[in-house]
Amino acid sequence: MSGILNSSIGRKIAMALSALFLIFFLIIHLAVNITSVFSADLFNELSHFMGTNPLVQFALQPVLVFGVIFHFVLGFVLEVRNRKAVGNISYKKNNGAANSSWMSRNMIYSGLAILAFIVLHFIDFWVPEINHKYIEVLPEDPTRYFGELQHKFVPIWRVIAYVVAFVFLSLHLMHGFTSSLQSMGVASSRKKFFKNFGLAYSIIIPLGFVIVALFHHFNH
Amino acid sequence: MDLTLKIWRQKDSQDKGQMVDYKVTDISEHMSFLEMMDVLNEQLVNTGEEPVAFDHDCREGICGMCSLYINGEAHGPDRGITTCQLHMRMFNDGDTITIEPWRAAAFPVIKDLIVDRMAFERIQQAGGYISVNTSGNTQDANSLPISKHAADEAMDAATCIGCGACVASCKNSSAMLFVGAKVSQYALLPQGQVEAADRVKNMVAQMDLEGFGNCTNTGACEVECPKGISLENIARMNREFMSANIKG
Amino acid sequence: MALDSKVPEGPIKDKWTTYKDNINLVNPANKRHIDIIVVGTGLAGGSAAATLAELGYNVKAFAYQDSPRRAHSIAAQGGINAAKNYMGDGDSNYRLFYDTVKGGDYRSREANVYRLAEVSGNIIDQCVAQGVPFARDYGGLLDNRSFGGVLVSRTFYAKGQTGQQLLLGAYSAMNRQIARGKIEMFNRHEMLDVVKVDGKARGIIARNLITGEIERHSAHAVVIATGGYGNVYFLSTNAMGSNATAAWKIHKKGAYFANPCFTQIHPTCIPRSGDYQSKLTLMSESLRNDGRIWVPAKLEDAKAIQQGKLKPTDIAEEDRDYYLERRYPAFGNLVPRDVASRAAKERCDAGYGVNGTGEAVYLDFASAFVRYGKEQAKIHGIKNASDAEIKKLGQGIIESKYGNLFQMYEKIIAENPYETPMMIYPATHYTMGGVWVDYNLMTTVEGLYCIGEANFSDHGANRLGASALMQGLADGYFVLPYTIGDYLSNDIRTGKISTETKEFDEVEKEVRDRIEFFINNEGTKSVDHFHKRLGKVMWDKVGMSRNAKDLTEAMAEIKAIREEFWKEVKVPGTANEMNVELEKAGRVADFLELGELFAKDALERNESCGGHFREESVELDGEQKGEAKRNDKDYAFVSAWEYKGEPADAVLHKEELEFKDIELKQRSYK
Repeated sequence: MSGILNSSIGRKIAMALSALFLIFFLIIHLAVNITSVFSADLFNELSHFMGTNPLVQFALQPVLVFGVIFHFVLGFVLEVRNRKAVGNISYKKNNGAANSSWMSRNMIYSGLAILAFIVLHFIDFWVPEINHKYIEVLPEDPTRYFGELQHKFVPIWRVIAYVVAFVFLSLHLMHGFTSSLQSMGVASSRKKFFKNFGLAYSIIIPLGFVIVALFHHFNH
Repeated sequence: MDLTLKIWRQKDSQDKGQMVDYKVTDISEHMSFLEMMDVLNEQLVNTGEEPVAFDHDCREGICGMCSLYINGEAHGPDRGITTCQLHMRMFNDGDTITIEPWRAAAFPVIKDLIVDRMAFERIQQAGGYISVNTSGNTQDANSLPISKHAADEAMDAATCIGCGACVASCKNSSAMLFVGAKVSQYALLPQGQVEAADRVKNMVAQMDLEGFGNCTNTGACEVECPKGISLENIARMNREFMSANIKG
Repeated sequence: MALDSKVPEGPIKDKWTTYKDNINLVNPANKRHIDIIVVGTGLAGGSAAATLAELGYNVKAFAYQDSPRRAHSIAAQGGINAAKNYMGDGDSNYRLFYDTVKGGDYRSREANVYRLAEVSGNIIDQCVAQGVPFARDYGGLLDNRSFGGVLVSRTFYAKGQTGQQLLLGAYSAMNRQIARGKIEMFNRHEMLDVVKVDGKARGIIARNLITGEIERHSAHAVVIATGGYGNVYFLSTNAMGSNATAAWKIHKKGAYFANPCFTQIHPTCIPRSGDYQSKLTLMSESLRNDGRIWVPAKLEDAKAIQQGKLKPTDIAEEDRDYYLERRYPAFGNLVPRDVASRAAKERCDAGYGVNGTGEAVYLDFASAFVRYGKEQAKIHGIKNASDAEIKKLGQGIIESKYGNLFQMYEKIIAENPYETPMMIYPATHYTMGGVWVDYNLMTTVEGLYCIGEANFSDHGANRLGASALMQGLADGYFVLPYTIGDYLSNDIRTGKISTETKEFDEVEKEVRDRIEFFINNEGTKSVDHFHKRLGKVMWDKVGMSRNAKDLTEAMAEIKAIREEFWKEVKVPGTANEMNVELEKAGRVADFLELGELFAKDALERNESCGGHFREESVELDGEQKGEAKRNDKDYAFVSAWEYKGEPADAVLHKEELEFKDIELKQRSYK
């Protein structure tokens, strides 16, 4: 097993595993967010659980942070290595659209857009959370989450930024979902199912987040 | 038809190289692309210029020598063919055609449009074989029945001609389709099982050593492959690689 | 020098076994100190290099391409014969031997052919062990198809890419030895001459095609496996780089050249379309298993098709002339290649050709679609299938058998062969003639071997389909490794051969002088210009049908072209770089000599046999009227030519052919 990360296929598999982990996380995240559309109480309850449960806070959260960082760092490492593999001279004329999707060729850019979004997202939610809980150590209030959420989506610029980011996420997933399965060596006999499933996932999940943002922008 | 050609000229591996424009006239649509190049070269020789060097040999799509990047695609705009099978009927009178060599750090240019594909040789030498000596004492060919399905799939993988279009088309210069095809051929056959784990590990290690990039599953290689080698071969290689490493 | 074929004594069935039991062997410790050069890495050279290295010799292998895998063996489509009798249709070593000798029109050496048949089964075993993915049936056993000129199914195949798969098998065996350091591989190197020391072949001079460097390589024996000389016709199914330089250079250094006029014109190639044509593409003979060949029966229909006024599908069934089935009812569309080619030429010369040039006949799969379609409908239990459904099912089967060939045809001609018949015409394909070798595959120069298509031995005057792959691999895997050991057993005390000797100096100088000449010659015409002119003379006067007048003229014309070539050839660039024109110049210079000897040999052999058809020698009456007439009384020999300067001055040596195990008969496919 040693040195598996030193091989191209090993890195590919690591990339795929971290991707699949993040894909799974997105479902959980959206499941919590979407409750805010139906019930403020339920949303508060779930958020409070997530924000205070020690297992989530001290085991799952670090794993998630590590997963995100790992996926990004490895993505950049691969990009650098791949550029080196291409060499100094590139084609004067290259018709990439003839043989591959825009999404597949621009994962690094959709990834960077998502990274930028995550930074904003952390400033918006995670930093105030940490501040609330661990720095200023304000009193626990299990009903504060819904109000904070609504408040964030008042400015239109933020809503637009979120929508744009989720379009990039969708593009990233459109290639990333099936790509990760291909890297894991999923056999072609199941490919058609996964392709359709992946496409549905890449549209539905980001759309869900967008709906939440728009809903709160128009209903506060 | 009359055409303008923009061709990469490079004297040798040390030279910087540049694009040079040429004109050819009265090209028949029934000509193959390389016959059009012959016309250009005949023209150049007659004016005392050095003809454009390009790799070619069988001119029937099987030897894997020809290797031109035409108008931004390996083996040109048609599908399922090599450059030598591309015909001029794919182009129109007055077109400008850009012709470049394969680009990849692992495929350095030797001259003009000719690149060095020795990296592929070394990958094959690292394990692309079954270790059996020639003796005349091997068991009878029919003593080892192989399912038709497996034999056909192995054959599909084995049709790879080693031209390098997969590497040339890949935005990462990855050689995984080529290596995957070879690994698959043997992985699908019972004869290949004995050395399967070592084979995939050694071939992948050599592939990485040669400086080919990482596959990001864009699928460009499969589209441009003149022999229609399937991406499934890469997936199979990934499985083989994982199981080889898990077994230790 | 008298020719000694060195065929072992004894009954034909025991010759090879007895021979192997009695030859001298080299012990493994000594093999490490013996070097062998193998020039050419196709099926013969590749398999020989791998096997010799496995045995323990140090092998240096040379290829002009960037990889051994690109040798033109890779383009062989149809299959490889072996007397396995897996089909249970009565095949045997003797029958394969008999078919090959008969197919070769009784101009091959019995003992060699029998040995070939004997080891044929081993080749299949060996290739399967190497992982060659031969076609199989649903029971998992190997499938066979049938080929022209035989009445059994003995051809093993891997789709339409059998040569590719066999070559990749040999290449993989080579790779294993390259990795072990037992083969030193010289890609992009061209052998430009052989070096003899004390009458023995001891090395070669090669040019590094990337840097232009001239290199000396020494060895205890040299093996030439550089393929045939079909490109003497300029247009052929050979690769663009296929050349006769190695074979011709050793001929000039003392190796006799045998039967140069025995050249195979293959009946099923894609017709040429214009003057710019650079090569011709073969459509596998296996297509004749399922395709029917025809031309219009009425001259006016043929004219209308030539002018584009009628389509082949417009011609009614009764207005079609399935001329092979008509003339040769027993073998029909599966007559041997020479017979099929001449029959096509005969129809086209009579005006029945079917494309714009009038030089094409149809190869039609319509009836095969129906036949297979009905079979499939039955298998799948489809009742009352419509004609369209049946056709579609049948097309599926044809696609699985020949899909790549149909695709290739469509790409070249831009017509869909599933909808309209293919057009085909004969083209130069294979050369049965080549360097003369004895039973040991040694040439008339000691220590100099020649294997595969480059030698003359096994196919007589005509090669049967799927026999070239068999011979190449038999020579390389199973014959040469034994025979060369017997010779090398005398060399265990020789030690390393030095390249710093006057013999190497001299040959290197010859090579350098010639290159300097080309670079400095202030000519006006390109190399291709001369090659095309040579090709035209060869095709028009030394082609499918030959006569004394044309042949005499051809000799004079080729000589004139050669003389002009040496005055007017123009080679741009320099010697110390990759220079494609320089490479071509050297090759064409040799073709210009070989072509003349070819015509001389054809003139000398005043009989029709196999691919060599002399208009002066045909049956005048009876059932065989108009067919080729062989003359066993005067010509049952191998013509081995000794070089004496000008090709016209070459001296003929005859190896009389004895037929003890096969009765000499008129070859009839009626």
